[in-house]
Amino acid sequence: MSEYVVELKNATKRFPGVVALKNMQLAVKPGEILGLIGENGAGKSTLIKVLTGVHQADEGQIFVDGVEQHFKNPNDSAAAGIACVYQELNIEKLLSITDNIFINKWIKGKGGLLDYSAMHKKAKEVMASLGQDVDPTKPAGNFGMGVQQMIEIAKAVLINAKMIIMDEPTSSLGEKEVEQLMKTCRELKSRGIGIVFVSHKLEELFELCDRVTVIRDGEYISTKPIDEWDNDSLITAMVGRSLDNQFPKEFGTKSAEPMLQAEHLMEAGVLRDVSFEAYGGQILGFAGLVGAGRTETMRAIFGADPLDSGKIIIKGKEVQIKSPSQAIKAGIAFLTEDRKGQGLVLAQSIRTNLILANMKGFSDGPFLNEKRILEAGEKNIASLRIKTPSIDEIVGQLSGGNQQKVVIGKWVNTDADIFIFDEPTRGIDVGAKVEVYNVMNDLVKQGKCVIMVSSEMPEILGMSDRVIVMRGGEVMADVDRDSKHFNQEDLMKAAWGGKLDD
Amino acid sequence: MTKSKKSSNLMTYAGTFGALLILCIIFTIFSRNFLTFSNFMSILRQSSFNCLLSVGMLLCLITAGIDLSVGANATFCACLAGMMVNKGVNNSFVLIVVIIVAGVLIGWINGTLLTRLHLPHPFVSTLGMKNVLWGAGLIVTGSQMVSFSGLNGVMWLGSASIGSFPVSFVMVIIIYIIMHVLLTRTSLGRSIYCAGGNPEATRLSGINSANVLTFCYVISGLMAALAGLVSIGRSGICNGVNAIQPYDTDAIASCIIGGASFMGGKGTMLGTMLGALIIQTLRNGFTLLSIDSAMQNSILGLVIIGAVLLDVTRERMEAKARRLAAK
Repeated sequence: MSEYVVELKNATKRFPGVVALKNMQLAVKPGEILGLIGENGAGKSTLIKVLTGVHQADEGQIFVDGVEQHFKNPNDSAAAGIACVYQELNIEKLLSITDNIFINKWIKGKGGLLDYSAMHKKAKEVMASLGQDVDPTKPAGNFGMGVQQMIEIAKAVLINAKMIIMDEPTSSLGEKEVEQLMKTCRELKSRGIGIVFVSHKLEELFELCDRVTVIRDGEYISTKPIDEWDNDSLITAMVGRSLDNQFPKEFGTKSAEPMLQAEHLMEAGVLRDVSFEAYGGQILGFAGLVGAGRTETMRAIFGADPLDSGKIIIKGKEVQIKSPSQAIKAGIAFLTEDRKGQGLVLAQSIRTNLILANMKGFSDGPFLNEKRILEAGEKNIASLRIKTPSIDEIVGQLSGGNQQKVVIGKWVNTDADIFIFDEPTRGIDVGAKVEVYNVMNDLVKQGKCVIMVSSEMPEILGMSDRVIVMRGGEVMADVDRDSKHFNQEDLMKAAWGGKLDD
Repeated sequence: MTKSKKSSNLMTYAGTFGALLILCIIFTIFSRNFLTFSNFMSILRQSSFNCLLSVGMLLCLITAGIDLSVGANATFCACLAGMMVNKGVNNSFVLIVVIIVAGVLIGWINGTLLTRLHLPHPFVSTLGMKNVLWGAGLIVTGSQMVSFSGLNGVMWLGSASIGSFPVSFVMVIIIYIIMHVLLTRTSLGRSIYCAGGNPEATRLSGINSANVLTFCYVISGLMAALAGLVSIGRSGICNGVNAIQPYDTDAIASCIIGGASFMGGKGTMLGTMLGALIIQTLRNGFTLLSIDSAMQNSILGLVIIGAVLLDVTRERMEAKARRLAAK
């Protein structure tokens, strides 16, 4: 028997014109959590797809329990005991948890009809073993992302997977759900299941993993036990150079008067008396747990959802904002947290998406000025370093980081004064994150007001001039960068409902 | 860059245009009456009705919607005019205004049901509207045909010719040019494509998606009214029974053959024009060859399936090529 439950050796995968994997290797021991990290485009997806049989490697070998395997399709891989929980979950939201878990593995009773009582019982058991006490007859869509992910894990458990790959499992989870997920991972580990944990969040790797493998540009870089890694060495291995500063904070000049004042914003069941002010030349961070009402506050200010009461004052003047178009006229830009669903028209070109928020500014009368659009677009592509073969590329074809840059470009093109960035670096790689931070730096240096909603504490601490902490639709704390409370412990304390003394 | 985009666009028409050409060649070989000036003029005259309905259909398809009520709308508008004739109104101007106002209003109701009253998909609202109009058309005319003979003003658009060129097709050409400019060169046109692709992202970009969508259905209603007017001129009558003729599906087929997609975000005026001409040429050629109408319907169905199959296959190849190029 081999030491490893799954071992990939010298795998090379070529796509026409490019080598996606070069002599790649990966080895997972039974009952181990192996972190896998690399920038976007490093080859993580290809590696996962080779292991799950979606792609076939041109060269190289895969061993499961020391026996060489050839996966022709995902079914072969699943039969060998390899399962994968993809970042985009494969959940049929309208079907019950049981239906989701037993899809294509139905338990049949007499006469070939589905035996639901047996399936419900089994589903309940499996979910309970993953720490989820849920009613398996309810539609999966009724539950949060955390539970939906557990359904995927339950599928893997049900086929007696020897190894489970989790592709950025925490990217759409809240704090509590992440905790539960980690607990589940440890539980699976204790059952002897090997886990490959793909994440962009270094602190998660340090908390959870036994060893971490770093890949870069399709090549294997290194695998070391977790205590031999630290933040800097991981980043250096990942990007191939040291990023001196993960958060390249620069300071603008704070405006004398607040640029945006929100007073007593109320929205039944969502916001309770939210008041704050934001200044030009500063980044105002919004920290809190998922569901604290930060996104809702921003959507209300932007006119995307109606407020029950409250005042919004821009540069000292009260404004009435009933719709996003009024907000844009008032000088507000809003980069939504869900870039695919709310930020971009994926089927349209970069050129079109870049002018979406300022069609009028790019038109003479009713007619579009193609020359101005092209000039602005090429400028956006250059200054934001959007990697694309052409300005006419369909946005859906771009990588996540480049899509995010297109959304940023769309808002930069509006000449707004107040930029609200909701989770601007979610799901994009370290290099692209730094570029997003630099855009924010440029904006504050021009005297613009930047509001950044983020669930990443290091990002909040690294980039904000001032932080507002929310919980349950209320403002809990307002902490200046110079304050003694400007640290992770105190901000988390406030986010969990604690009081900060003065 | 722009150049390559344009040339590739022309390439996409090459297939449709080629198909039209091949059709013409086949019919020329098999029917001595096909390749004549007067037959071409009659193809244009016959296709005006469908060309008009296809304009509105295309706008709705671009927004990932559909307007199943266009045929019934056209018929109803004609019947409404017929009712007024029965009641003794014989001022052509009044009749034309009534036709147009009715069509626009029906389009506006379709748009409002979708955007302001939040019906889930225009398939539902416009299917309902189609049935409402079918019944209404029969009710207002007492299920009788109404003749418009003598009312030359109302008949003019559908019957008159300049030389032998049908006036109705002149109007079609003008409308197609205007709509082409609207779709490709104006911010409204760009908003229509975007609202189809992602209405929420479009709304959060400060564009009033609801108004944009309503506009599309209003235009669809207006085009249906004009088509109704043309039908009066061509046949000299109105007949409520026509509301359930496959006018809607012909219009959908023209758009789809011309490159539009049910998923929205795609489609052009030129492509739609070619699609409409292909359908009419087929119908015309089959009639000349004395192929019965049952057979015509089946073959037309195969053409629609074939055209979409071709389009989908081409798209998959393109996507694959792009993937390979990007890797």
